[in-house]
Amino acid sequence: MKNKIRIGCGAGFSGDRIEPAIILAEKGELDYLVLECLAERTIALANKRKIADPSKGYDPLLERRIETLLPYLVKNKIRLITNMGAANPIEGAKKVIEIAQKQGLKVKVAAIHGDDINENLKSESFEIFGNEDIALELIKKHQSPVTINQSPIISANAYLGTDGILEALQADAQIIITGRVADPSLFLTPMIHEFGWKTDDYDLLGKGTVIGHLMECAGQISGGYFADPIKKSVENMENLGHPFADVFADGSAIISKVEGTGGVINLQTAKEQLLYEVINPNEYYTPDVIADFTSVKLQEIAQNQVRVTGGGGKEKPKNFKVSVGYKAFWQGEGEISYAGPSSLERAKLAGETIENRLKSQFKEIQVDYIGINSTFGDKWLSEAETPISEVRLRVAAKAKTQADAALIGEEVEALYTNGPAGGAGVRKYVNEVIGIISVLVDRNKIKPKVTYFES
Amino acid sequence: MKLYDIAHSRAGDKGNISTLSLIPYNENDYEMLCQIVTVDKVQQHLAGIVLGEIVRYEMPNISSLLFVCTDALAGGVTTSLRMDTHGKALSYQLLDMEI
Repeated sequence: MKNKIRIGCGAGFSGDRIEPAIILAEKGELDYLVLECLAERTIALANKRKIADPSKGYDPLLERRIETLLPYLVKNKIRLITNMGAANPIEGAKKVIEIAQKQGLKVKVAAIHGDDINENLKSESFEIFGNEDIALELIKKHQSPVTINQSPIISANAYLGTDGILEALQADAQIIITGRVADPSLFLTPMIHEFGWKTDDYDLLGKGTVIGHLMECAGQISGGYFADPIKKSVENMENLGHPFADVFADGSAIISKVEGTGGVINLQTAKEQLLYEVINPNEYYTPDVIADFTSVKLQEIAQNQVRVTGGGGKEKPKNFKVSVGYKAFWQGEGEISYAGPSSLERAKLAGETIENRLKSQFKEIQVDYIGINSTFGDKWLSEAETPISEVRLRVAAKAKTQADAALIGEEVEALYTNGPAGGAGVRKYVNEVIGIISVLVDRNKIKPKVTYFES
Repeated sequence: MKLYDIAHSRAGDKGNISTLSLIPYNENDYEMLCQIVTVDKVQQHLAGIVLGEIVRYEMPNISSLLFVCTDALAGGVTTSLRMDTHGKALSYQLLDMEI
């Protein structure tokens, strides 16, 4: 058993930059590299691609990431754990093998699947009721099982825990491609594997989950999504480094980044990330443990080094959280700018005109004045002081069909000749919107599966 | 003075819930923030955006507050018509509060 391992996080979302992961793999002296690439809705969109082509449905950047990283991973004996399998871990794993063979590299790859329960969800064993509010309420109360009765469901993926990944690590897989797995579990599994932690030692699992949570958004703890030139300066943003954690067998860690990279890791960045997306710091639910964040201690021990101690946990929940993706509606949007004297007055006239033209046909219409009220709401519209140098009108509405959604942008475009003076720079968009509802399902009904491939 | 002058914040999202941290630059200001930045004050400040209940968690271990705001994202991240579907900018709306 080791006493210390180093885990790097090279990606914090599906569209993340690739360069910082390469630097970690090349110079980070890592034992493990984690790439977290799967937001709530990403897997539903991936499932749509899989339905269109059964050989697709893994992360669209998987090829680029693996092609650039694999030589470093093999040379430096780093094990990769990533949820880039998205809706199709098996095909993702096969793609890794194909790339390895092309590069003449020997690797053992494991695909972790079994999270896709879309078929089961349609069967009798899962009751259907409720709307999103009810589902969220039930999640809070931790009841089960529920699903939804909304528009057609296109995906249902359970957040798996460490089980499948642990089996793959024990079987010496070097590259582990998962579907939906709780983000902190991607980091917690190597700790369990290397330190011999028991999977019912909830105190240690809670501590490891805290470390995983701090790491899972990559650049967010190393100065990305943090910088504010007035109050929180961050140097060398363009070369922002992603973090690594030296994790110790007692469940403590030191979070740092590769020497020479940009960004900053300090008490402030660590605190912001610790509280990020936490809805109850006393009980942070994962499939492995219910972690406690209220006993975590953070300490800045050197430049760009934060020590994490404390934290804990209690018994894992009886249910898995399941993200259900459904076809919600078509969204139509149109934008147009007004500038110079009376810009806000003309924009408002345009907004009212559009609303009057559309209101009989669309129930939900959003009218925003970008630069005035589009983020913080109408309070700011009434307080806006004229003259305003420019304002951009945005109109958005929900529609049942693609053709109906297109009408929104068409009406905004028609303001060129049928609206107030000086309207400029129209853009119009139509998008199919996939909604996500979170529900709970008895964990005994869902078993992770592991499939191996070798190049 | 605004909260922005003495504290920083990051917004997070889960479904229709927005989480807003409030972290003083100087840990000695934590007690004062606990007293001044009450749930009522935040509810008032975010009126029109946050429609549901707000729960405040005190975290003396890291000298920080966490506001968990329900019904805050116009129905939820994935189906909101707002520009900022995640409510990512709400951290700076909180920091805009006069104290």
